[in-house]
Amino acid sequence: MEGELAHIGAGLAAIGSGAAAIGVGHVAGNFLAGALRNPSAAAGQTATLFIGIAFAEALGIFSFLVALLLMFAV
Amino acid sequence: MAENTNAAGEVAAGAPPGMPQLNPDYFANQIFWLIVTLLVIYFVLSRVALPRIAAILAERQGTITNDIAAAEDLKAKAEAAEAAYEKALADARAEAQRIAGETKAAIQADLDVAIEKADAEIAAKAAESEKAIAEIRAGAQDAVKEVAKDAAHDIVALMGGKADEKAITAAVNDRMKG
Amino acid sequence: MADEATSGGGLSFKPMDQFEVKALFGGDIGMFTITNVTLWLALAVLAVIGLLVLTTSKRETVPGRGQSIAELMYGFVYKMVEDVTGKDGIKYFPYIMTLFMFILCANFLGLIPMSFTTTSHIAVTAVLGFGVFIAVTVLGFVKNGASFLSLFWVSSAPLPLRPILAIIEVISYFVRPVSHSIRLAGNMMAGHAVLKVFAGFAQVAVIAPVAIVGVMAIYGLEVLVSAIQAYVFTILTCVYLKDALHPHH
Repeated sequence: MEGELAHIGAGLAAIGSGAAAIGVGHVAGNFLAGALRNPSAAAGQTATLFIGIAFAEALGIFSFLVALLLMFAV
Repeated sequence: MAENTNAAGEVAAGAPPGMPQLNPDYFANQIFWLIVTLLVIYFVLSRVALPRIAAILAERQGTITNDIAAAEDLKAKAEAAEAAYEKALADARAEAQRIAGETKAAIQADLDVAIEKADAEIAAKAAESEKAIAEIRAGAQDAVKEVAKDAAHDIVALMGGKADEKAITAAVNDRMKG
Repeated sequence: MADEATSGGGLSFKPMDQFEVKALFGGDIGMFTITNVTLWLALAVLAVIGLLVLTTSKRETVPGRGQSIAELMYGFVYKMVEDVTGKDGIKYFPYIMTLFMFILCANFLGLIPMSFTTTSHIAVTAVLGFGVFIAVTVLGFVKNGASFLSLFWVSSAPLPLRPILAIIEVISYFVRPVSHSIRLAGNMMAGHAVLKVFAGFAQVAVIAPVAIVGVMAIYGLEVLVSAIQAYVFTILTCVYLKDALHPHH
């Protein structure tokens, strides 16, 4: 029973990965929109793009980690 | 499924748990070797690789700068040569013009002398001719005077008179003047 | 999951087996035991030496293929450090280059089938992340003294908000090493686990072709993720270093 609950919790935690995907898509999409408006400024901002993606992705990785912990460590 | 998982958890209790990453038994080993690795990479990079690559890049930069300087130098030389050529051309042209002018002047001078000489000769010849004409004219007048005196003498003689030499000469002279 | 109990169900997924630490020559795993971690870390060192030292041994003015790669990596990290931290961050370039080359080589070596991914272990990435965190914090206090604390005091915000912002800034500052290390380990672990799960689906003959195409696609994605995570780790290190050198907002 406990293991089952843990698995359900792992599945719920995995939703966070999808949420992080939305966040990453937002960052990349807005970057692309801005880059198409002003292509000359885009090259200098790729570092900012990757930092933004990394921060958005980190939280998804956290939820993935919680899911893994529930699956294997609890 | 639940039993299976529980059984797995119990089986794994002595062995490592599900996630090898979370087994603290391995941490010391991983951390030790990681630090060794990082130190080795750091020393290799800072002692060998990075100075070498920096030297290569600096050398290439130097080569490029030198090549550009050499190219500039050659370009300047080419420009100087072109300027010298232009100058020589201009000098030659000026020289040619000068020579042509001098020649023209010399010829003109010769010509002037010749013309002057010719003019003088013509003038001399004309003066001579005029003199000859004047002589001829004077000769003609004397001849006319003689003929007129003779004619007047004869006419007077035919008239039966005695011609006065002095009167005839005076009359002829008088008429010739008029 | 990682035992015979599930094998009766037809499919057996063992996505975590690949992360197991094993002693190469038997015996218990102590601090100095030669394990597969040691092996793959040593291979990463060899890869770094091969990429940066052996390729440049001829010192050609007109670079060949290998030397071009070494110069590209050098220029890439050098420009990143210079752009993010400014001129006074250049003297920390060897440390950042060490981090970048290690993570890049370890990530790519981990993608070789049957290999062991050292950067998927939280113990490894935590040393990197907390190492950066402690180094940057100490450096900030050494360089700026107590005025390093102005990093947390947002002087451009309205005065009543500043204490609240300071608390948030302090929390986010201390979360940095955690997110820094878990991001790398999590990305690596997730990618390799997904590869294993897809490979597990290939046990069923009907969906095996789909699973194999899926493995190939995920593998391509993982190559990209390996490079991007090395880049992200490095550039975040540069950002933290910039905060330590110029703490004023």
